[in-house]
Amino acid sequence: MDSLVAAASVIAAALAVGLAAIGPGIGQGTCAGQAVEGIARQPEAEGKIRGTLLLSLAFMESLTIYGLVVSLVLLFANPFS
Amino acid sequence: MEFFAGSKVYTFLPLASLEVGEHFYWNIGGLTVHGQVFMTSWFVIALLVIASLAATRNIQRVPSGIQNFMEFALEFVRELAKNQIGEKEYRPWVPFIGTLFLFIFVSNWSGALLPWKLIQIPSGELAAPTNDINTTVALALLTSLAYFFAGFRKRGLGYFAKYLEPTPILLPINILEDFTKPLSLSFRLFGNIVADELVVAVLVLLVPLFIPLPVMALGLFTSAIQALVFATLAAAYIHEALEGHGGEEHE
Repeated sequence: MDSLVAAASVIAAALAVGLAAIGPGIGQGTCAGQAVEGIARQPEAEGKIRGTLLLSLAFMESLTIYGLVVSLVLLFANPFS
Repeated sequence: MEFFAGSKVYTFLPLASLEVGEHFYWNIGGLTVHGQVFMTSWFVIALLVIASLAATRNIQRVPSGIQNFMEFALEFVRELAKNQIGEKEYRPWVPFIGTLFLFIFVSNWSGALLPWKLIQIPSGELAAPTNDINTTVALALLTSLAYFFAGFRKRGLGYFAKYLEPTPILLPINILEDFTKPLSLSFRLFGNIVADELVVAVLVLLVPLFIPLPVMALGLFTSAIQALVFATLAAAYIHEALEGHGGEEHE
């Protein structure tokens, strides 16, 4: 592989995961905060809130995972090499 | 440590090796298939079939042992389908949703719990079947077929009316959605499983003992959640196809 392509791919892979982690991080923080608020207001609904929270956290996490898939493609199955 | 050429990354300890993009190829009738995925998915299928047979072989009125456990699994899956699809129409979809959930769940956990790497194969390595993007794409495309089938059977050609539903301006977006659904389903599952394995492998490379255990436990948790997410989303898509786009009568 061309060293320039290799360097660009490594930087792109790092950026893909790093940038993709920002949005879901903010979202998950907001989500968890709201869930804690909900539990504090209504402790008997804790089970339901936790279930919904985990499911929606998994959805947000998948956005970062898309970035990870892109970086894996760049590192292991690079189309430009 | 060769990063690019062979795609074989970390070969530090025999148990901590990690390979991405290396496969054990089989040629069947002119098709090249990934043999390691076939072997592990046959194992998962056999496990599920044996468990179901053992649970239903000698059915008691008061369940105990494995029958009890499988009834619990069935009830879990049925509740999942009922919550998403609704009381009236969930029943014919329980087998589909249940198969998706159980197959993905057992695959993910088999990849995390069984020491596949002790079994040597000529190239590539044995891991969870959902570790391969082809498996997850196949499952996602099956989901697409299922919701198209559900929509056509319920409403015939009137199913296409849902593409114009909020306003006809959104037609391209609605068509695009049919492509993004299987894409996001498959990438989510694949990425989560591969991410778990990568994180565990990198930690094992750094500290081989004890430290990776909490991450492995987290991996078990997330892979269970991913199986649940896949099944829930498949059921939600089927519900959307049955009900029309707006989802006007959510219970």
